[in-house]
Amino acid sequence: MNYVIEIEGLSKEYEKGFLKKKRVLALDDLTLNVTGGQIFGFLGGNGAGKTTTIKTLMRLQFPTKGSARILGHDIADVQMHRRIGYCPENPYFYDYLTANELMSYFGELFGYDAATRTKKSDELLTAVGIVEKDRKRQLRKFSKGMLQRVGLAQSLINDPEIVFLDEPMSGLDPVGRREIRELIAGLRDKGTTVFMSTHILTDIEALCDEVAILRSGKLAAFGSLQELLGGEEASRNLEINVQSVSAEEIRERIEFIAGASITPRPHGATIHVLDESDIDAVLAVTRDAGGRLGSITPVKQSLEDLFVRD
Amino acid sequence: MPNEGTGFLPRILTIAKNAFREAVRDRILYNLIVFVLLITVSAIFLGELTAGQESRVIINLGMSAVLLFGAFIAIFVGVSLVWKEIEKKTVYSIFSKPVGRGEFIIGKYLGLCTTLFVNVVIMCLGVTLALAYVGGASKTASIWGAGFLIFLELTILTAVAILFSSFSTPALSALLTFFVFLIGHFSSSLLDLAKTIGSSSAIAVFTGIYYALPNLSNFSFILNAAHGDVPTVSFAGFATLYAIGFNAVLLAITVLIFSKRNFK
Repeated sequence: MNYVIEIEGLSKEYEKGFLKKKRVLALDDLTLNVTGGQIFGFLGGNGAGKTTTIKTLMRLQFPTKGSARILGHDIADVQMHRRIGYCPENPYFYDYLTANELMSYFGELFGYDAATRTKKSDELLTAVGIVEKDRKRQLRKFSKGMLQRVGLAQSLINDPEIVFLDEPMSGLDPVGRREIRELIAGLRDKGTTVFMSTHILTDIEALCDEVAILRSGKLAAFGSLQELLGGEEASRNLEINVQSVSAEEIRERIEFIAGASITPRPHGATIHVLDESDIDAVLAVTRDAGGRLGSITPVKQSLEDLFVRD
Repeated sequence: MPNEGTGFLPRILTIAKNAFREAVRDRILYNLIVFVLLITVSAIFLGELTAGQESRVIINLGMSAVLLFGAFIAIFVGVSLVWKEIEKKTVYSIFSKPVGRGEFIIGKYLGLCTTLFVNVVIMCLGVTLALAYVGGASKTASIWGAGFLIFLELTILTAVAILFSSFSTPALSALLTFFVFLIGHFSSSLLDLAKTIGSSSAIAVFTGIYYALPNLSNFSFILNAAHGDVPTVSFAGFATLYAIGFNAVLLAITVLIFSKRNFK
């Protein structure tokens, strides 16, 4: 397999308290491999270790144990950082600079000449929705959402092969979220690998090819969304909505079907069955009582179920 | 893809340029206005009070102000230079780029040194003009000689401030740097003190402190300049080499400490 991110047994322990005697394990023996050209979702609740992992990969923190490689290079290799981008959570930049100046400053760190910096700055700030008049304003006058957009733009200044986005939708309004979602999807289309941590499950479901879920610093689940949510067992469960009949009228006969359950809803009922072969029995009962079929939907485990499961 | 051939020097200069821009936009150079007012008032009124001594008083007062204003900037801007980047998390975006921690420290240091250089040059220009006003233009070379040595002293003070701030809070770093500034001007007295006490342990302790702290008297030339002296080549040369050596050691220690820091 061609892995672009290889994390092996990564652990991070913090010392806490005045005497630094209390120890907190933020990351516990994390092993994870990410293939290139996809959007990889990195999920977990607050304090699960997502940001710690990303900060370690960005050499902002040193691991207590374990190692990691990006694009085949050890994370300590400074020159490897020419090929990657990073947008921190709630990014904060030099507030005395304008958006144009910030982009130019970061472009200069990559060795771009002035003309290239201007061109890239214009392209990227346009892509993230920073209009021309705002580009000449100091960043201290920017809202949280605008800073988030600038953060995304600066992470792409070097056309990275992999971009790490820590909560990229944070602070954005619904329109902004949709725009950034499209931008991230566009990056994948261009062949860029996106490693994205987020709390927003709908974004993960809409964008990600593979997902890892962290819980208390440990890897709790890993795989493609299809594998995690649409397993063989889950896909056989069905939700049948029937109309023009009340739940009470058919409850007794429905509950006679093995594993079936019924819940009332306005002008009808919702029936859950465990297998497709139960559909005919449910429809027969419904028609006998004068009702009719509304819809049949396969029930999949939601990402939220997976996310909150202990 | 970015230019693969980019070396560390352009990155250091880029960081230094931005650090200088930060100082300018944070209105650090506004202290020059206070200085200009001070030197103008001195030139006009002190001459009348100290007949025949105008140029000596102007140089003494002016160059002492250059040193104190510069020390104030070196200490208070120096201690927050790196600390602010960590607190505001601006380092997150910097270190995700191909920038080494050493490059960052040296770039920030050079940025503040550039600010101090501009400050010292403009202030020396102010003193020169004030001196010309009171008819002491013949002592101009003394002013610039003393100004050069003051600048060297400030580069050391900046390196000390950055070193302390790499592992301590700004308030404590400022206090410690201020002590180094004070003791540094009297460090040669430590050796005399050790000899006076006489015990071998006292000699060892005070000699250790003498070599650990910068000997800032190597850069003291204000009184000589007031008498119209110009630093000799050997004096200025030794002071320059001493400053380069001491700064190199201080920055190396700072980089070593900073390279091991975790950013939470």
